[in-house]
Amino acid sequence: MTSKRCTDLLSVRDLSVEFRTERGAIEAVRRVSWAIAPGEMLAIVGESGSGKSVSALAIMGLLAKPAGRISNGQIVFDGQTLTGMAERDLRALRGRDIAMIFQEPMSSLNPILTIGRQIMEPLRLHLKMSVEQAQARAIELLTLVGISDPEQRLKQYPHNFSGGMRQRVMIAIGLSCNPKLLIADEPTTALDVTIQAQILELMKSLTERLGIALVLITHNLGIVARYAQRVVVMYAGSAVEQGTATQIFANSRHPYTRGLLRSVPRLDLPRARQLETIEGQPPDMRQLGDGCAFAPRCAYRTEICALAPQLVALPENRFSACHHEAQLKVPEGQSVAALAEFQSDATCVQSGDQADIAKNSGSAALLTVDSLTKHFKVKAGMFSQPAVVRAVQDVSFSIQAGRTLGLVGESGCGKTTIGRMILQLEQLSAGRVLFEGEDLALASGAQIQALRTQIQVIFQDPYSSLNPRIKVGDLIAEPLKVYKKTTTPQATRERVQQLLVQVGLLPEMAQRYAHQLSGGQRQRVGIARALAFEPKLIVCDEPVSALDVSIQGQIINLLDELQRQKNIAYLFIAHDLAVVRHLAHRVVVMYLGRVMEVADRDDLYGHALHPYTMSLLEAVPVPDPNLERQRLRKTIVGEIPSPLRRVAGCVFHTRCPRASAECQESVPELREIRPGHFAACIKL
Amino acid sequence: MGAYLLKRLLLVIPTLLGVAVLVFFMLRVVPGDVIELKLRGDGGNVSAQVVAQERERLGLNRPLYVQLGYWLKGLVTLDFGISYWTNRPVVEEIGIRVGLTLQVAIMSAVIAVLFAIPLGVLAGLYRNSWIDYCLRVVTIAGLAVPSFWLGMMIVLGLLSLFSWSPPVTYTPFYVDPIANLSQLIWPALAVGYRYSAVVARLVRSSVIEVMSEDYIRTARAKGLFERTVVIRHALGNALLPALTVVGLEFAFLLGGLVVTEQVFNLNGIGRLFVDAVAHHDFNLLQALVMLIAVMFIAINLLVDLLYGVLDPRILYK
Repeated sequence: MTSKRCTDLLSVRDLSVEFRTERGAIEAVRRVSWAIAPGEMLAIVGESGSGKSVSALAIMGLLAKPAGRISNGQIVFDGQTLTGMAERDLRALRGRDIAMIFQEPMSSLNPILTIGRQIMEPLRLHLKMSVEQAQARAIELLTLVGISDPEQRLKQYPHNFSGGMRQRVMIAIGLSCNPKLLIADEPTTALDVTIQAQILELMKSLTERLGIALVLITHNLGIVARYAQRVVVMYAGSAVEQGTATQIFANSRHPYTRGLLRSVPRLDLPRARQLETIEGQPPDMRQLGDGCAFAPRCAYRTEICALAPQLVALPENRFSACHHEAQLKVPEGQSVAALAEFQSDATCVQSGDQADIAKNSGSAALLTVDSLTKHFKVKAGMFSQPAVVRAVQDVSFSIQAGRTLGLVGESGCGKTTIGRMILQLEQLSAGRVLFEGEDLALASGAQIQALRTQIQVIFQDPYSSLNPRIKVGDLIAEPLKVYKKTTTPQATRERVQQLLVQVGLLPEMAQRYAHQLSGGQRQRVGIARALAFEPKLIVCDEPVSALDVSIQGQIINLLDELQRQKNIAYLFIAHDLAVVRHLAHRVVVMYLGRVMEVADRDDLYGHALHPYTMSLLEAVPVPDPNLERQRLRKTIVGEIPSPLRRVAGCVFHTRCPRASAECQESVPELREIRPGHFAACIKL
Repeated sequence: MGAYLLKRLLLVIPTLLGVAVLVFFMLRVVPGDVIELKLRGDGGNVSAQVVAQERERLGLNRPLYVQLGYWLKGLVTLDFGISYWTNRPVVEEIGIRVGLTLQVAIMSAVIAVLFAIPLGVLAGLYRNSWIDYCLRVVTIAGLAVPSFWLGMMIVLGLLSLFSWSPPVTYTPFYVDPIANLSQLIWPALAVGYRYSAVVARLVRSSVIEVMSEDYIRTARAKGLFERTVVIRHALGNALLPALTVVGLEFAFLLGGLVVTEQVFNLNGIGRLFVDAVAHHDFNLLQALVMLIAVMFIAINLLVDLLYGVLDPRILYK
């Protein structure tokens, strides 16, 4: 089905993977075909459960045994058929000709073996190197992946390395035997955006230099646009579209791909009032019928979609599995995202929005935090001096009623701690939190109780933040009962149903348990719980980062709509700059516990001043291959320093491209560089 | 490492002091009196004067704080005094029995580890296979059956099947190893069975957990042989938790096997314990409790230090 290019390094033909479970068989991968040429870079994109990782494991022969098996199709690598190959022959290929890098650098290395031993293992096994040879090669590899002091580092254990460094070690292991193919399964999903850029650039330059073909599995469309030559889009176990990156991004011929492209907030386009989303949820793989799996969520659906669409070859070596692909043709020279049909209800609101921002900026602040500081003491042992983690240092900002303040930064910047301090879940080391002018530290117990109903929270992880043993309805009703907001059981029930409807769930779902809901539905329950008291402020701590792209858009729109209806203020804590841009009116950028820059949204994204903000914005890949090709790649160097280490002067100077000796002298003050636009940098 | 060890050893002092004071008072709260029991226990008509004399001889008429002072002083100077019941030095009473108990404990531990680790690993690797099912039955039986009952069955079985019963007098190992082993192997088996059941179940679940770790997948993706994956990458991690249980169970065995020793007619620490309690022999009891406390602390420290050696993530400073 895929054109049989004689030069294919790896071709997957009609591959199906089946998992046997107690509740019947699941076809996790359904007749997928694709191919990759030597030295090519192919991306497989899809949401969770789309079968992208499973197909990679099937190639490696690493499917979980005995549940998983290849039930159909052929995998041909370098002239050898891997399907049906004896385990010992397949094993000899693994790590030598085909290497794989996994998602979780923190757990993918053996904690009790040295890094050196783990790198040398495949060298000794496959290349029969002596210990000395292997050691020399390991040092060479560590240097190659940018780890300094390789001789010393070889003797260390994984816990001595940061997440980014561990992923570099994984790459070193992957490249050790000069493989022909490297499969990277979400290699940067667990990493911060600046580290992500470093790792991806490293993988790209190394594979290009060494002529290694790279299969990059990801859910991040920006990464695909920046790095991939060809793209396979997967949905519910099937490959729904294939083509070059330009073809896929500029004129996709499958409704799912289009929906996906439109549902991500992006930094390269004017901000839309509302995100377009793919309604509904991915199907339950156990109950997949014969028809097109995407049909229930598809705007182009007709009767014919009850029949399974075939992946058909279109001109220019591209493929689409949609009965209506012909309707999806885009006129020459226009990109999908810029098409008028998408812009009709997602009106660009640049000007109106500016007025919107101005409207409220004069009014009194709902919440003000003033010189907020939090130091954690970390005790290493019973007798040792406790070390101090300066989690939050001197942070001040305010939020007006009905507005959204975005709080962005990488891990360890203190954004979550600030949210917890505002919620009174964490003691302040110094500073004040004022809510409607009242200092929370001075408030009486009763006042705090009353305030708790005014300030609510939505947590990051919808899987662990709902008690699995309590029905959804009771979860939402609990605070209502505790605070006696409703008097009769009947009233409580009605209020719960009303709340469920408000967040787009069905009233019947009150009877379900959290595990019976999807991730997006659970996050809606979390929102319903937060809304129960009609709060004035909701602290949203990474509310969409655990969700799939198509679901993320739905939740963002819901939050946006609730704000407009109920005039709720949000403190929106996130690491995703594009999501923050979409929702926030004003943005605070933090790094290592300190505020780097504060500005209104359009000022910040349009004219970032602080070198850190600029590096962050540069590190985010945008889902447009043409734009990505033109962008300069200035990846920020270095790692985020350990919060235990006290950095003298500006906390960012260790990585700052503009840093000089003066930066280490004193902590730069947050200065108003332009009206309403503050930055903490002495170079401005 | 040296500094850590020193700190840990210094911490032993307050711990033991606490145990010493606590056991001293707890024993005095228990009703009953060793003198009464010794002199009048069999209904003997002993005059109050004799009782008072004996009481004075043993120092039991002095105020509690003085007695406590003597106990603590004895502890520091390692002089535990004499048994109230037998009038022999406490150290001697314990000394003649500790070898036997230690030997049974070591033999049980060796039996347990030899059986539990390979079987637990196999059951974990071949989860839900016949090996796993068999082992599950065997280990649950091991947890459910009391050691003394198993001991009785062993003795009865040997007698009825081979018309042979283990020797009843204790011969130290260095005098006659065969006679020694033919007596002690049976209690060691009876106790070791339960011990190995506990360890095997832990090893099994630990292996299952480790085999699903990401680094095992990494090891397989490197193309390693499955046995290398298991031996080099899985076992080191999987056996760490077993270390704690092996250590704690061992310390527990050193406290003696109260009923099992009775069944096999062994004169060990467990037996001594029972007798000391029955006789209200405070001096002996206090010393025995201290012995067990020291054993637990020592084994725990040893396990912690071993962790430091086996797991590079644990650093003792």
